[in-house]
Amino acid sequence: MARIVGGLAASHVPAIGGAMAKGLQKDPYWAPFFDGFAAPNRWLDEVKPDAAVVIYNDHGLNFFLDKMPTFAIGAAPEYRNADEGWGLPVMAPFTGDTSLSWHIIETLVDAEFDPVTCQEMLVDHAFSLPMELFFRDRAHAIPAVPVVVNTVQHPLPTLARCFKLGQAIGRAIESHPEDLKVVVIGTGGLSHQLEGERAGFINKEFDKRCMDAMTGDIDSILRINQRDLVELAGSQGVEVMNWVAMRGALLGDVRELHRNYHLPISNTASGIMLLENRPKLARAA
Amino acid sequence: MNQAVATGATGAKGEIFGTPIFGPAAAQKGYALNKMCFSFNDAANRADFVKDEAGYCARYGLTAEQTDAILKRDLLRLLAHGGNAYYLAKFAGILGLNMQDIGALQTGMTVEQFKAKLLAARDN
Repeated sequence: MARIVGGLAASHVPAIGGAMAKGLQKDPYWAPFFDGFAAPNRWLDEVKPDAAVVIYNDHGLNFFLDKMPTFAIGAAPEYRNADEGWGLPVMAPFTGDTSLSWHIIETLVDAEFDPVTCQEMLVDHAFSLPMELFFRDRAHAIPAVPVVVNTVQHPLPTLARCFKLGQAIGRAIESHPEDLKVVVIGTGGLSHQLEGERAGFINKEFDKRCMDAMTGDIDSILRINQRDLVELAGSQGVEVMNWVAMRGALLGDVRELHRNYHLPISNTASGIMLLENRPKLARAA
Repeated sequence: MNQAVATGATGAKGEIFGTPIFGPAAAQKGYALNKMCFSFNDAANRADFVKDEAGYCARYGLTAEQTDAILKRDLLRLLAHGGNAYYLAKFAGILGLNMQDIGALQTGMTVEQFKAKLLAARDN
């Protein structure tokens, strides 16, 4: 059986890709961000996961408003990156795991989640950058399953729904008959807002609350409705929905191994987290 | 059909200052505008747009207001006419503007002031 060894989270901002292309990892502006990956990189080198399920949001590369799924899951042998319109170099394709994809899809539909299934799917910076930052040399080889959550067009799924989706994904992975060590990654956030007179909004206190909730009071986060989430996190800070879904997938005993918080990168407060997931200890009757 | 029970961002509770919600109304009003911006994923389309901005807007069926706001780089007006931040960012890419330039334009600050505002969030 497959088992989930951990959860990872990281912000995604196109400018990160620009900085990587220019080799600015040690630049004083960027180092506090890139250095935050050293601990997850060491952990991933030790644990050597066999597959990754990546929960993120598309920014108008694969999906347009003509057909905007609330949840979509890739089921392709390969996922291509492409021109997103803002000058990032196009990355090499990423590897899929169609067996794990279809197992997750079948299990989710059984559990009354009904995602859109995609046998062709372009992956944008929200998938590609965290893959490269976490897996480095293995980024394009490690089999991955992309899961897309709508953060673009309201009504967005609620945080509670995203958490339940994550739980269903977690149960799906753990019932997959192949002997795989899997990590679940949630990308995006933390607080930021690109548009309107409130552009540049950042909420450090709320970001800390979200990061603390990953091993603490997640229920208090799940009760926040989407209107209040926009107010607390900013219009694009709602991407923390992907973190919440990731957290939902960790069904065991969860321990925080690492966090990095730094602001700003571009207009965004960046958060990076590494959560260990161990099978729940049997409780005495 | 009971609108009053909606708890999402477009529900009954008050507006958030300076924060357009891209929901059903904006999604309909901005469809052509956002579709045009979506086309900017393609380098050939970006080049076509640069050659004849108004003609390109007409091809996508933008309203006169939307076209005028595109020509004047008036981001707040584009948002008011249904523009979505994720798609408008592709328009900003054509203009060679980064997110701090965009932030400054929308908040009436200089780029330096806007960057200072971002940094100040460290101390809040």
